Amino acid sequence: MCAKTLTIDGNEVSAADDATILDAATEAGIKIPTLCHLEGVYDIGACRLCLVEAVGIPKLLPACTTKVVEGMNVRTDTERIRKYRRINLELLFAERNHVCSVCVSNNHCELQTLAYNHGMDHVRYDYLFPKWAVDTTHPRYGMDHNRCILCTRCVRVCWHVEGAGTLNTAGRGARSQIIADLIQPWGEADSCTSCGKCVMACPTGALFQRGATVGEMEHDREKLEFIITAREKKQWIP
Amino acid sequence: MVLNDLIQIKERELASRKKYVLRCCMAAGCMSSNAQSLKDELEKAVAAAGLKDEVEVRGVGCLKLCCQGPLVQADPAEILYERVKPEDAAAIVAALKGGQAKVSQGDLNHPFFTRQMSIVLANSGIVDPERIDSYIAADGYLALRNALREMEPKEVTDTIVRSGLRGRGGAGFPTGLKWGTVAKSTGTKKYVICNADEGDPGAFMDRSVLESDPHAVLEGMALAAYAVGADQGYIYVRAEYPLAISRLQTAIKQAKQYGLLGSGVFESPFNLTIDLRLGAGAFVCGEETALMASVEGKRGTPRPRPPFPAEKGLWNCPTLINNVETFANVPAIVRNGAEWFAGIGTEKSKGTKVFALAGKIKNTGLIEVPMGTKLRDIVEDMGGGAPDGGTIKAVQTGGPSGGCIPAGSLDTPVDYESLSKLGSIMGSGGMIVMDQATDMVDVARFFMEFCMDESCGKCVPCRAGTAQMHHLLSKIVARKATAEDLAKLEELCDMVKHTSLCGLGQTAPNPVMSTLRFFRGEYTERLQPDTLGRPGTESAVPAGSRAT
Repeated sequence: MCAKTLTIDGNEVSAADDATILDAATEAGIKIPTLCHLEGVYDIGACRLCLVEAVGIPKLLPACTTKVVEGMNVRTDTERIRKYRRINLELLFAERNHVCSVCVSNNHCELQTLAYNHGMDHVRYDYLFPKWAVDTTHPRYGMDHNRCILCTRCVRVCWHVEGAGTLNTAGRGARSQIIADLIQPWGEADSCTSCGKCVMACPTGALFQRGATVGEMEHDREKLEFIITAREKKQWIP
Repeated sequence: MVLNDLIQIKERELASRKKYVLRCCMAAGCMSSNAQSLKDELEKAVAAAGLKDEVEVRGVGCLKLCCQGPLVQADPAEILYERVKPEDAAAIVAALKGGQAKVSQGDLNHPFFTRQMSIVLANSGIVDPERIDSYIAADGYLALRNALREMEPKEVTDTIVRSGLRGRGGAGFPTGLKWGTVAKSTGTKKYVICNADEGDPGAFMDRSVLESDPHAVLEGMALAAYAVGADQGYIYVRAEYPLAISRLQTAIKQAKQYGLLGSGVFESPFNLTIDLRLGAGAFVCGEETALMASVEGKRGTPRPRPPFPAEKGLWNCPTLINNVETFANVPAIVRNGAEWFAGIGTEKSKGTKVFALAGKIKNTGLIEVPMGTKLRDIVEDMGGGAPDGGTIKAVQTGGPSGGCIPAGSLDTPVDYESLSKLGSIMGSGGMIVMDQATDMVDVARFFMEFCMDESCGKCVPCRAGTAQMHHLLSKIVARKATAEDLAKLEELCDMVKHTSLCGLGQTAPNPVMSTLRFFRGEYTERLQPDTLGRPGTESAVPAGSRAT
């Protein structure tokens, strides 16, 4: 195996023979935004946020799936690319309901962070916001399709890390959705091992641990009564 | 099967020909207007007249002038009967030996017929697609025999290279170059795939070829498989084409019986199995990487290229994938030679192209013309212009990936380069004619709705972008959009075109961009003042915010 040298944003970098542009950039400390990329599972080139320009190649290249070529001259942050990235993010925010203030992932969401980083202070497109159901049939986890960006990171960890093959994609276009088994309520999907890897993989608040969402906190009044009874009557029974 | 057998079958078939032939179109168009009972009635009428020894009633493929179906052609008198009803059968049989049947007759000297040049459709309307002997009588499988017994695989590829044949699926990639790449790719297992997932609205060329001459496609695939070193072929045909599927199944079965498919074809070491795979109704499965995923039994979504199918295709093996019409050209090229084919058409676009003429035009149907024929000749001479005294406004080619060519550019020759200069594409062959009553913004919205519905949903620009563009177009049609909305639409066209993962998304903005280019007024006249009171004219939007 021989290494390759290339230029990324004016910096000469070396990369392993089978490295992708994203690998090479990451190693050189150059940050390329991604959403569908997840370390540990294979790449699909779907979110199109990591598109970069390469001198002499008319098409934009997805950094996550394009292998480095000797002498390649890559530019990751041109005005044109920044414009496309911002439109891409705006499209995602207009496509489904991503109201951050009431989201379980608020302030630790990859989509939100990318929007901040790209100066997306408002969305110019009309919000389409179709009504999607929230699946809370699983005892430990919930799935909110309204927050889903269909990056399929959950599907890939479910199949290729856990090996359960519970999650999948169904439907097409804007009507695509993540499903459990054969479009069953998640809680009834026999193949699910409840490993929670999908929740760890999710870049937004689409997959979450139950008990953590807005409105889910329950006041345990009985506990209070128990303590008062114990203090006043010296009885340790409810 | 050896050469002698082939010759014997041909001679036997020709010797059994009867004096009179009634060719009944049995392609889907005529079948849907009762052609089957018409053919039955004709057979009964022949029997009743005691002419069974003299008259053959032959079910054939497409007779091309679909709008006048059901069609029957009487030979040797060369009379084309139009809109024939089953009750006309006796009159047509009676007229065979002179006299006139009181049935509407088509003009076979009309430019619609005389300007056609048939290579792909040479057997269409002549051979019986359900009988392999009929195809062999038209020199079918001769090219395959000669290639297998007298040519090296490389010579076959070279023939295709020299012929200048380009992919008929729409993009026009040089076919010989593709074959050469697959042939050179290393791998013990290789595949050939025929893409018969025709899905553009208004396009029915591939369906007609499959229904009319399925053996030509099989022979083309076999020649390709020999050239690239494949022993397994798949025809991916959409399930909505039941007649094409049944004729392909019949053809494959007959070819196997004759030893023209299977092991040791023409007693050579060449083996080939061809199987059918049916599409499940997704337009995107016409995209080659999605098609291959579907053949593998996976969800039909495209993946980034490279690697190209020629290097890593079906189950990661080198795979050749061509369109129906491309394969149907191959036997004729091998039989007649590369130079013959290269002598037809223009400098960069060789041969002929089949178009499905549809829309606001008198003669709708199937035409095959040499590359370089002017659009005006096709729509005005052959198509007969707009019906009811209307005038043609535009011609749409390339379906949802193509564009609208305005009437002013009708003198453009039909070839890959000229059409793309006009912001359209050759496409697979759908040609929809539009008259003055057509609303171009609505046309753009129709195609955008199609792309939005057919987007697989994998990549963001295509999934969310087409939805947003459709939303903006609907606003413009409803006269609720501002100049800023139009600017957003143009910006989205640029973004979706350049950032989408596959061809569906990359070409989805084409109908919008092309109607904006030639019919911008139809967009701007509907714009409304915005909330700041700025008028609905384009100058109201600061230049900086407009798409470049």
